[in-house]
Amino acid sequence: MKIIEVHDVSKSYGGVKANTDITIDVEKGGITGLIGPNGSGKTTLFNSIVGYHPIDKGSIKFEGNEISKMKVQDIARLGLLRTFQQTRIYGDMNCVENMLISLPHRKMTLREAFTTNTREDHERAEHLLDFVGLHEKRFLRSGSLSFGQQKLLEFAMALMNEPTVLLLDEPTAGINPTLINGLIDRLKRANSEFGITLFIIEHNMRVIMNMADRIYCLAHGELLAAGTPDQIQGDQRVVDAYLGEH
Amino acid sequence: MTILRPIFYLALLALIIAAPFLAPDFKTQLATLWLFIILSMTWDMTGGQMGYNSLGNILFYGAGMYVAAVVGISIAYNVGEYTNAFGGGTYKFTTTEYFLGMGLGLVAAGLFCSAIAWIMGYLLFQFRGPYFAIGTLGAAIAAGELVSNWEWVGGGQGIALPVYPGDFDTGKFFFYYLFAGIGVILFIFLRWLYNTRFAAAINAIRDDEEKAEAMGLHTLRYKQVTWAISAFFVGIVGGISGYQLIHFEPLETAFQTINLGIFMVVCVLLGGKGTLWGPIIGAILFHVVKEVTWNYLLGWQWVALGALIVITVVYFQDGLMGWLARLKPEWFGERVITKPGPVAEPAE
Ligand SMILES: Nc1ncnc2c1ncn2[C@@H]1O[C@H](COP(=O)(O)OP(=O)(O)OP(=O)(O)O)[C@@H](O)[C@H]1O
Ligand SMILES: [Mg+2]
Repeated sequence: MKIIEVHDVSKSYGGVKANTDITIDVEKGGITGLIGPNGSGKTTLFNSIVGYHPIDKGSIKFEGNEISKMKVQDIARLGLLRTFQQTRIYGDMNCVENMLISLPHRKMTLREAFTTNTREDHERAEHLLDFVGLHEKRFLRSGSLSFGQQKLLEFAMALMNEPTVLLLDEPTAGINPTLINGLIDRLKRANSEFGITLFIIEHNMRVIMNMADRIYCLAHGELLAAGTPDQIQGDQRVVDAYLGEH
Repeated sequence: MTILRPIFYLALLALIIAAPFLAPDFKTQLATLWLFIILSMTWDMTGGQMGYNSLGNILFYGAGMYVAAVVGISIAYNVGEYTNAFGGGTYKFTTTEYFLGMGLGLVAAGLFCSAIAWIMGYLLFQFRGPYFAIGTLGAAIAAGELVSNWEWVGGGQGIALPVYPGDFDTGKFFFYYLFAGIGVILFIFLRWLYNTRFAAAINAIRDDEEKAEAMGLHTLRYKQVTWAISAFFVGIVGGISGYQLIHFEPLETAFQTINLGIFMVVCVLLGGKGTLWGPIIGAILFHVVKEVTWNYLLGWQWVALGALIVITVVYFQDGLMGWLARLKPEWFGERVITKPGPVAEPAE
């Protein structure tokens, strides 16, 4: 079943055509990859899906319902969540506080918001921090963590929010190469154990080929190719696009 | 530490109750100190905890003063006639009428201010930073002008309320305990509130509102609720102030944007934004400095106050509490658990 359907979406910034007539689907329960050279429009597409900016044309559906005119918070409350390429955490708070703020407020009434966090909330926060390997750092100001650690924290926060679909913008950027295998493992487990559909922007080919069921490749704002990792790896257009850019 | 805390709070409560007996000549100043503390704590709810610096909270103070007065008068007399005669000599209130009118007036003031904060929030919370600050300031100034041209509530002359129906000194005790009671309730309320998920959510709005939106928080609703609660308390103390002052004017007393309206912000900056104790400590410090300079630096008091503001903004941006937090981070819960182990190994 398709959980996200992007149909014929275009978005330009002034004169720059960041996305042109993009049509892609994300399968429920799977891991979908989005690749493409720098500036090919990947982040722009994510922003369009989560309602960060209005699109110029086309349609975006989540679980069969049109969401292209909805606001960021309303879309997030449907269970469609994103992480930021630039990483956004609450730098002045410690990791546990960051986690507790990420409790799914969409499932919370105003009355429930006026209660303190339960023991289970704390346990879940600690468990997920442990899951991404930040348990020892949990009471440190999160702004003092390294960029890679902040990425891991943001990932843990997203999991805390219990999303249906998680859009990850370059989850392995800044992560030490020796730790990347660990992260791949965790992403796969988020998908298989927690049942979260993943849609991942990734520059590291080894990572995305290893994880995704299906991959889309953008170039110059247009959809260049789509297919299984094997098909994409063998696609001459994809190879050319990457070689041409670098 | 855990045994010390209740003892500390009990001692503090005893001091609050005993204060007007310990310093009988300063009962009114002490009541004013409570007013400063309450205004600072409520200002910090949006300014410190939520990151929305309002310069217009004085609007709730003024509105509360008027609503409490009008409701209090209306239970005994026709408001228009009463204000026309400027209180006059013919308008007598029985003790019951006085207290019932004040009681109802204060409740109405709180509720009314909550409602206008909710509506104003809907309009103003789409602006951030200086735009929000100026927007709120504009609203407060406009409200003052509006009221001062409204003859039914006394126009520019304001309203004269009945005096306290007991002896003069008992009245001073009464207003001290009224302010102190509201202050203690507010403190207990905030101490609880700042541990809830709601407080975490408004902190998130302060630290990165865009992230909070992306995480699906009901940001607008939370902002409106926070301001409405804050305005509820401001409205009540505005109402009390009206009865304490007996006579008040719209621009000089009720909607005094440049005096009280700014003082509450300075108190919080002095003590430290976004903390439970910062606004309280700041209000005490500010009040003491203000009283001293007003008495001993005749003519120079505004200069001294200005200098204090400049020094705070330049050297102590996080206030006393922020300065302490940097000096002694471990008092504020920062710690590293040094258990050896790699950071991101698979947890198989
Ligand atoms: N806010 C913006 N204003 C103007 N132009 C923008 C904006 N955001 C992106 N662009 C432009 O749109 C194009 C696509 O950018 P986008 O960030 O989507 O690329 P990307 O594929 O995510 O790249 P990267 O791999 O470097 O993150 C680029 O040419 C970029 O300069
Ligand atoms: Mg990008």
